[in-house]
Amino acid sequence: MAKIKVVHYINQFFAQIGGEEKAEYPAELRVGEVVGPGQALMQTFGDEAEITATIICGDSYFNENLDKAKAEIVAWVKEQKPDVFVAGPAFNAGRYGVACGTICDAVQEELGIPAVTGMYEENPGADMFKDKVYTIATANSAAGMRKAAPLVAKLALKLAKGEKVGASVEEGYMPNGVRVNFFEEERGSKRAVKMLLNKLADKPFVTEYPMPSFDHVAPNPAVKDITKAKIALVTSGGIVPKGNPDHIESSSASHYGEYDIAGVMDLTAETYETAHGGYDPVYANEDPDRVLPVDVLRDMEKEGKIGELHHLFYTTVGNGTAVASSKAFAEEFSKKLLADGVDAVILTST
Amino acid sequence: MKLELGNIYIKDIQFTEGEAKIDDHILYVNKEAAAAAALGEEEHLASVSFDIAKPGESVRITPVKDVIEPRVKVEGRGGIFPGVIAKVDTVGSGKTYCLKGMAVVTAGKIVGFQEGVIDMSGEGAKYTPFSQTLNLVMVCTPVEGLKQHEYEAAVRFAGFRLATYIGELARDLTPDDTKVYETYGIMEGKEKFPNLPRVAYVQMLQSQGLLHDTYVYGVDAKKTLSTIMNPTETMDGAIVSGNCVSACDKNPTYVHENNPVIADLFEEHGKTINFVCQILTNENVYLADKMRSSDWTAKLCRLLDLDGIILSQEGFGNPDTDLIMNCKKIEAEGVKTVIITDEYAGRDGKSQSLADADVAADAVVTGGNANQVVILPKLDKVIGTMDYITKIAGASEETLRADGTLEVELQVLTGATNETGFNKLSAR
Repeated sequence: MAKIKVVHYINQFFAQIGGEEKAEYPAELRVGEVVGPGQALMQTFGDEAEITATIICGDSYFNENLDKAKAEIVAWVKEQKPDVFVAGPAFNAGRYGVACGTICDAVQEELGIPAVTGMYEENPGADMFKDKVYTIATANSAAGMRKAAPLVAKLALKLAKGEKVGASVEEGYMPNGVRVNFFEEERGSKRAVKMLLNKLADKPFVTEYPMPSFDHVAPNPAVKDITKAKIALVTSGGIVPKGNPDHIESSSASHYGEYDIAGVMDLTAETYETAHGGYDPVYANEDPDRVLPVDVLRDMEKEGKIGELHHLFYTTVGNGTAVASSKAFAEEFSKKLLADGVDAVILTST
Repeated sequence: MKLELGNIYIKDIQFTEGEAKIDDHILYVNKEAAAAAALGEEEHLASVSFDIAKPGESVRITPVKDVIEPRVKVEGRGGIFPGVIAKVDTVGSGKTYCLKGMAVVTAGKIVGFQEGVIDMSGEGAKYTPFSQTLNLVMVCTPVEGLKQHEYEAAVRFAGFRLATYIGELARDLTPDDTKVYETYGIMEGKEKFPNLPRVAYVQMLQSQGLLHDTYVYGVDAKKTLSTIMNPTETMDGAIVSGNCVSACDKNPTYVHENNPVIADLFEEHGKTINFVCQILTNENVYLADKMRSSDWTAKLCRLLDLDGIILSQEGFGNPDTDLIMNCKKIEAEGVKTVIITDEYAGRDGKSQSLADADVAADAVVTGGNANQVVILPKLDKVIGTMDYITKIAGASEETLRADGTLEVELQVLTGATNETGFNKLSAR
């Protein structure tokens, strides 16, 4: 079997060209050469893989000529046709870390070649790229090379072979927002007891699920005169015209619907229904106003309690739908609501 | 309160035309006698049939309703499943025998959408803990025209009657090993372990209703206020499942009987901690109930002068809010809290895992992402029926593939992402 081909990116320092005084060193391709930390990677690669080319670039050169350097390097990588691209590890070198992340991301995005890098968790490159590029967590200085290089190399082999990548704690990469299952050594209850004993003794412990930081949206000031306000209805309760014309999924919705209710005074079982798969739909289907209260708002419109009901409503299914999708939907239709002069929205859930 | 648990290890289950018995670690089951015991005077079941599934066999059990470990109370007050099978009496003291290595599994036509799958071999067997037990499976057939909740109750009771009947076969045996569990009164414990941190186990019970129910001494948990118990009471079947919530993270009765948090806290009891008691609370759907129950949990933690607790969840989504409310309020009382949950991070693992979050929840143990997709092989034998395999929560219309394999989320596998920390599965 042919060996896996690896192209390796390092900076001027690790290429032993020089320190800060040589940081302007322009990008350079060395075909067939293994340079500096490449030797450490090769030890783990064994007979399975080889570094077929090393790309060296000064940190200042890269960051000051970003577009040019990126284009040059990506073109070289394309020409070398590696199975996997490795950058660094950069440890705590800030500009080097940013360069490693930038170039790995570009190689993945533009060439579709998997990439891996490594750096210290406080390296600014980590925050910028760890969610896009597998980033092995390393010590804060090159003294950590012996530990970092095998992890980088092992993950590179897995990516090149298209093997399943394990959880972050197994492979040594920084958590990247993708939850991956794996089997622990001890059952959960034992781990919980140990964690509690540490917490009770004020000793350090590591949570298995860091709480996400929820967006907190400050409420807008109250509507000044509700009797003049144009009100729109938005729901995650899945109310759609009968037959669900846009095929909004019953769970994990990929899109939202926009429907015209001009002249509609009441939602009925004959005309509307819910597409939501997460609750008993009987009552919503019997009378969809229970989820999207068009009838009541029409009454209030007539009685002059509100200015008017906006003629479009926006709807999706909240059941199992990712927060990222919900946010993207709302960002889009909020602009439409603003453009249509809507003053306030009633958002109904289930 | 002091309970001695005697373990009797079952090495095989066989059917017999003769007398049912346990002899030399082999359970002999007479189908007719077992059916009579399970049915009792039940009017809602037309019939029951039996089968045996052993670890490693090419066997799939589905739809699975409950899993139960047979036990028998040989000394002390009350009997197994108090308020359900045995008369109401405080259990948790004296002596109880447990049939280890085996389980009674109830299965049959689906009740709700949320029954499960147990595979005895292949990929699925890695995730469900009940691939490791010798399973005496009872397939139940309801009478025509039965409402779902009546059917659920009928299957639930039939399972407990059968497990009790099997447990009774061990009454005169000598256990292979025994272990003693003892907790103390408030003052007694303080005197005994003056310097050990006071710890309790706060267990959230699934009580969303509409086939999502748990019973404590026979009382529907959704009609209870948070309360305290001796942890040994659960070992005598004080808590039983009446659940049709997603299979992966509901607690079958077996898990209540063998609650691993209780077992692992007892391991530290008297050494590093004083395991004071168990606190039970529910997971009702109304906001007022959630607020009241979590208020009470926090209040009890303070009243008991606890230093720390472990908080376990059952189910997901709506109960995530109870989990976070409990955690926030208990931490606010100065009681250090570790929570056990599982995750619904999407098939790609990229979504937020819980429906609620708070900075107070800084110590979390996870049972894994239930949305992870697994391919289950085609197995030679099905106990129960594959008629509902595409309808079980975690399956879809595309589940049954052309080659006979199943593409499902871990959700369908009974006990796969259990939130009492029953398994080794986790996620990062």
